[in-house]
Order: sequence, then C-alpha cells, then structure tokens
Amino acid sequence: MNFSRFVPQKQNLSRREFLKVSSLAAGAGFAIGSVPLVAGEATPAVQQGLGHFIKVTSDSLVTVVIKHLDKGQGVTTGLTAIVAEEMDADWSQMRWEFAPADATKYNNLFFGPVQGTGGSTAIANSWMQLRQAGAAAKHMMVKAAAKRWQVAPAEVTVAEGKIKHKSGKTLSFGDVASDVAKMTAPEKPNLKDPKDFKLIGSNIPRIDSPEKTKGKANYTLDVNQPGMLKAVIIHPPLFGATIKSLDKSEALKMKGVKAVVQTPRGVGIVADSYWTATQARQVVKIDWDESAAEKRGSKELWKSYKTMAREEGQVVRNDGDVTKAFKEAAKTINLEFEFPYLAHSAMEPMNCAVQIKEGQCDIWTGSQIPTVDQGVAASVVGLTPDKVNIHTQFAGGSFGRRAVPNADFVLDAVLIAKLSGLDAPINLQWSREDDMQAGYYRPMTYQEMKASFDDKGELSGWHQRVVSQSILRGTPFAGMIQGPLDMTLVEGGHNLPYAMDNIKVDGHEASVGVPVLWWRSVGHTHNAYSTEVFLDEVARTMGKDPVQFRLERLKEHPRHAGVLKLAAEKAGWGKKLPKNKAQGVAVHESFSSFVAEVAEVTVNDDGTYSVDKIVCAVDCGIAITPDVIKAQMEGGIGYGLGSCMSEAVTLTDGKVDQANFYNYFPMRMSKMPEIEVHIVQSGESPTGVGEPGTPPAGPAVANALRKFLKKPLTKLPFGDRLDLA
Amino acid sequence: MIKFKLNGKSVTYEGDSSKPLLWFVREDAELTGSKFGCGVAMCGACTMHLNGNPVRACSTPISMVDGGSVTTIEGLESKTAKAVQTAWQDLDVVQCGYCQSGQIMSAVALLEKNNKPTDEDINAAMDGNLCRCATYHRIRKAIHNASKSLAKEA
Ligand code: FES
Ligand code: FES
Repeated sequence: MNFSRFVPQKQNLSRREFLKVSSLAAGAGFAIGSVPLVAGEATPAVQQGLGHFIKVTSDSLVTVVIKHLDKGQGVTTGLTAIVAEEMDADWSQMRWEFAPADATKYNNLFFGPVQGTGGSTAIANSWMQLRQAGAAAKHMMVKAAAKRWQVAPAEVTVAEGKIKHKSGKTLSFGDVASDVAKMTAPEKPNLKDPKDFKLIGSNIPRIDSPEKTKGKANYTLDVNQPGMLKAVIIHPPLFGATIKSLDKSEALKMKGVKAVVQTPRGVGIVADSYWTATQARQVVKIDWDESAAEKRGSKELWKSYKTMAREEGQVVRNDGDVTKAFKEAAKTINLEFEFPYLAHSAMEPMNCAVQIKEGQCDIWTGSQIPTVDQGVAASVVGLTPDKVNIHTQFAGGSFGRRAVPNADFVLDAVLIAKLSGLDAPINLQWSREDDMQAGYYRPMTYQEMKASFDDKGELSGWHQRVVSQSILRGTPFAGMIQGPLDMTLVEGGHNLPYAMDNIKVDGHEASVGVPVLWWRSVGHTHNAYSTEVFLDEVARTMGKDPVQFRLERLKEHPRHAGVLKLAAEKAGWGKKLPKNKAQGVAVHESFSSFVAEVAEVTVNDDGTYSVDKIVCAVDCGIAITPDVIKAQMEGGIGYGLGSCMSEAVTLTDGKVDQANFYNYFPMRMSKMPEIEVHIVQSGESPTGVGEPGTPPAGPAVANALRKFLKKPLTKLPFGDRLDLA
Repeated sequence: MIKFKLNGKSVTYEGDSSKPLLWFVREDAELTGSKFGCGVAMCGACTMHLNGNPVRACSTPISMVDGGSVTTIEGLESKTAKAVQTAWQDLDVVQCGYCQSGQIMSAVALLEKNNKPTDEDINAAMDGNLCRCATYHRIRKAIHNASKSLAKEA
C-alpha cells in the first residue's frame, strides 16, 4: 500500500484563504466556507472547492461544521463558540455537525493536506479560520438588513442573535439568510477586538452535555444501519506472528454465523449479533507461525535498553561543554528512570462499522485522521478516496489511540467486509482484551539523568539520555522526522527551559516489534517526569527551595514562570503541614501551553499514601471556553496520575501480560484527588488543552512523596505502597 | 421462555440463556444508552438496575433477570434520577460521555438508598465505574449537589 500521499507536510500557517458564500438547497439559507487561495493563481477554482463551515437556515439556526473529532475534549463546544462570538449569535441558536472526510476543505492547517485531530491543535488551527467565517457571515447579514431597511450599514448592529436598527426595527438571522446566499463574501471581514468578546471566555455550557447525560449520544458501538451484522476479530497472540492454518468449520456450523475470514491481520468472524460472534470466536482453531514474532519480554527489553544507554546516542542538544563540566565536577548525581509501556484503554474499545456496496465504501467510526482512514480503506477496497464516505461518530475517548498511521482498526473492519464479500453493513467491535493486547502503546522508555556541581556547589552540567522506540519511523508519518532522531523521544527534554550553561541531551531509538503510538502528550509523558523529578533532586542537593530554584532559572521564560508562581501562590506553597503530609511541584510546557501543578500528599506509616489535592495553573492563551479548559486539566491530571501510580503493560516472552481492567489499573474514584484549576489571563492566540495537563501530574506527586523516601521514585508505576525503609 | 420488565414494559426472550443482558438490551431491544467497556464487570459502563439494584449487565446472564424488572438509562424517571441528571448537566460532568450512562445509573442507585452519601459512601458505590476521561472530580460534586437538591425538595 502506498501511504505517501497521506504524509503530513510541514506546518502551513501562512496560506491565504478567502471566503465563499453559497446558498443551501431551496433557498433555505446560506453557507459559508473558505477556499484555499494558491498564491499566484489568478482565478482559483472557487466553484468546486467550497468548504462549508457555517450554515444558517431560515429558522435562524446556525450550524457549525466541525472538522475535528470530539473524543471528549469538548471541541464541538469550543469551535461552535468561536463562530457564535464573531456572529454575535445567541448560544441557544447554535448547532453543530461533524464534517465529512475531505482534506481539500477540512484539513488541519497545521498538518498540511491532512484532515486530523491531534497534538492539541483543534482550537489553535481553527481559530482564525472560523473567526473569519463568522465575521464574514455577520458582515453580510448586516449588509442584507441595511438594504432591506434602506439604511446605512453603520446604523445596523447585531447582538444575541438579533439584527437591529437604531430605530428599534429587528430582523432574525433567518429573515436575511436567503438574501445573504446571493451575496459575495468580503475578502477581509473585520474581526472583533478580543476585549469585546462576550461568549469567548464565559462559562457557556458544553453543547453535548444533554445528550451524553441521557444516554442518547451515538458512538461507533451504537451505529445500527438496516441489516447490520456484527463482527469480532482474533489478532495474533504475539506481535509479528502469522497464521499457519485455520480451521473454521465448527464456527461456520453455528447458527447466525455469516462468515469467518482470514485477513492479513487475523481472523474475522461475522455474525448476526455480537454475542454469536463472540461465541463463534471460541471455536475457531488457529495454528500460529511465531517464527518472525517479537519474543522478548520486558526483562530482556530493559536489559537491552540499559546496554544501549552505555553508548552516546544521537545528540540533539549540546550547549556549552558538558564533558568538561563533569570532568571538573566536585560532585555529581545521577538517576535512572524506567517507564513501562502504557495502554490508552479508551473506555470504548476500538471499533469501526463499514459497508462496501455498489462502488462505494461507507465507514462509521470515531475518526481522528479521516484522511488516513479514508486512504487506507480506498486502497483495500480498490476505490478512489472520494468513494469512501466517512461518517464521524463521537469517540468514547482516544488519547491518541484513534490516530493510527496504518488505521489499524479501520483496516480490520474494511478487510473483513471486503474478504467476506458481504454487502451488508458490518460493525466490528474489539473486546477489551483485543484493545489491550493488539498493541499501540506509549513506548517503554529508559532514561539516565546526570548532573554535575562545581566546587562552589553550583549546578555546572546537565545530561539526559533517552532510550525508547520511535513512534514515527517505519510509518507513513516518517516524513515528520527531520533530523537523525525521532524527536518524540526527547520532546520536553531537549527543549528544557531552565537556564544552564552546559546541557546535553541524546537519544537512542530501540528497535522492538511492539507497536507504539502517541499517548496523551506523547514524549512529554516521560520527559516531564524525568526532568522535573531530577530537577528537584538537583535543588535538593543545592539546598534550594524547588519553586525558587525553578524561578531563578526561568527568567527568559515568563509563561513558565507565570504558571509556576500562580500555582504556588494558590496552593499556599511552603505552608506548614502535618508531619505525614507534603507538597511537590512540577511545571512543563507541551503543545505550546504551559502548566504548573502543586500536589499535596499524605503518606501513612505502612507506606500507603493518597494524593489529596492538585492545584493547577494553565496558560493556554485566550481561554475560549474556560470550563472546558478546566475539565481538560482535571481529566489530564487524572489520566497522568493514574498512569504513574498504577498502570503498566508488561510482556513475558513477547506476550502482553495484561488483558482487562483486572490486571491493568487506571485511576478510579477513590484515588482521585481534589483538583483546583486556575487559568492565566492572556491575550495570546489560543493553544491546546487536551494533553498539557497530563505531563506535570506524575512528577508533582513524585516530588511530594520524595520527602518520605530515601530516593526519588524512578521506577514507574509507584504502586499502592511505597518503600519507606 | 424468559420474561421480564424492561423500563416498565414486558419483554420476552427465547434462545441462549447465557447471553448477557447487555447484548439483549442493546441488540434485541435496541436501547443503546448502556455501553460495553470490558465485558467482565470491571468498568461499570453497562450498569443497569435490576429490581432497583445496580448490576453489570455485561456479566448478567439473561436467565438471571427472569421475572424481574430492569431499568436502563432510557427508563430513568424517578425524582432522584432527575436530580442526578440535572446536577450532571449543571456541572458539565461529561467529556467523551461513554462511561456516563453507567456512572449515572450507579449514582442514582446510590442516592435512592442513601440520600446523604459521604465521600466514603461515594467511593464505595462508584469505584466500580471507570472513567478514562477521569471526570471523577465532577461526578463526586454532582452527587453531592443532587443530594442537596433532593433534600431541599423533600
Ligand atoms: S462492560 Fe460491563 S462492567 Fe464493563
Ligand atoms: S467521560 Fe469519557 S470515559 Fe468517562
């Protein structure tokens, strides 16, 4: 399969766009979108390239077309709010719908010609695009109303969904919709001054709360087309194993079983119900060829990672002279960190519904990179991508799992549909065990941190070495690797913000047959942990307060310092605490947002402990929907903390040891701390919030627990009981 | 033949009696508000009420509900349920929302037995309901708020 056309290009922010109006069917209103204007092209292909972002219908409803997947991060609310703000619409008239897969209209402006959601970019890349569309819509509605009333446009205003003239006359959006449909969009609509924002920055309710509270929201699991069949799949027991022989005779005898097919990825079973398919699965007999499979377990992998760490890797940062600093050091300290593989384990196990019929392929799924899913399906079925229709559904979480370079679970479904030859719609559902054992984990990572101090006790050198798997290499996204090292290994480490004269960061890419993927905040998950825990160790060695020490070295980084000060102040940093309690702090930038967290913990004599409270400060530029931002911080903290406290995917002889939530342990209610979130007031462009809450949580807690321990916590997860001896 | 009440209406089922209640409700009765998350009673996404008690429908064979009364998120209508759903919306508890039917079913069952739950009571009743979006912090608040609003009404 040729994936090259789905490879993201370099960020393309400067592309000019212009807006285009068209009318909806039967004069029902107008729609507005943008068409990429290729520089130097005199008459762009306006007519075919319409990207509809806003639809206004005669009943005055305003529908925003959402080009991103909502997997819980609230992007349907955020993007809708941006449009409502510029249009001065009333929140109650706002509606939304997911966009179809079409990268010519709905590409992520940061990803090039690829439609996708990831890297906490949904708001950031849509910000100007949707503001312009909204402002243009308002501009034209004003013009249309002015014409109707025979007055100057300057005498017409819009507020809370009403178009008003100073004489007291009013019109609704719907009243002028058909007039607007005949107009030409302004090339450069006037955007609002951010200080006049009314909706943005206020606590508008989540637009999806009512349906999700009543059990009415639709996920892929719920897709139910007429005549729909259900499918399950058996994946190989080891990564890289293949099928030697398959005996499907028993399964095919079962009532309700429609097909059992061998695919390049396993064995698919199609039946009239999920339960039937699940039962048929038990009687399928497969003989696996494991000769080419990855058979190393975690133990062997740690050993090989540690061996690799003895040599210098690809150096990605080398300021000053670290070798000299260490040679001349009066004292050195070092720590070795072990981070296990982690499963995303979104609550909705991966799934995808598909129908191949009459030269079309319809796909219903929570699609994070529709361009990839569409392309992969097209090449399997033998269609052009425009014949593959993606119907995006709500996703029951993702955390990166639904953005897969080879579209694995979509591929499973499409292969089953294609190879079974059935033209009925088929909904493939992975079990939790499939989801946990079919791969795509946060990479297992080994790190060595070293620091040197001169004879005055000052920090003189800092050296970080990372051994981990590349997420990008060998995938269609390999084009994103720009130097000798996949920077997802070292992100958050190589760009450490603290002022230091001598600093070196290097990394090794380990080659392992276990599939890995971005996991909420990617490389920052381990680099924020290792650097922030080690930094505390450095401060401790120097006898400095962790907050003071950081601030002294963040003079060039006011946004880091800003969140750090705010979190420290709100948490009452340094306040007197009972003997069994302590505070810890961490600050980290990821995806252009800045987050500091102060943790408060209690440790009991038997080594059990609780995380009582996290005070979080975030600077993500203009806060569009403050309550959604707070929710993302809360959730990001819970996700990060759960992983550091109790989650690990381990392997024995190549086989994943964990199967379900009885041996993989995410955060639960009783362990969740109280959380307080403070948002820094900012006029900067908005940046992401889905991921940045996660990285500082673990190290803040580890730094608090340190008070009770002989050594810092360097081996994750911490487990239920600390070793106090 | 297995006979029981589903959201107040009589339903019958003939066939494999080991089939879990969840799949009957989702696929035969076509009520899709209850979700599948683990299939082994470890996540709570499928929580329904059987004769007023919360059960994990993914691990409840349909034979076990014969003669009983099952309520799903679609059938919630008690005063307690309304208070819970209102509190949930007021606080915008949901994120991806996938676990939330189960969370709400567990919360309603808790408040129907104990209208003034402590944090400890909430931990005990809700620890079986996973939320990967980690909305726990708001769930706890919403349960306390629902409890307060019920006390005011009474
Ligand atoms: S699906 Fe029933 S408890 Fe998880
Ligand atoms: S809201 Fe997403 S799993 Fe709970």
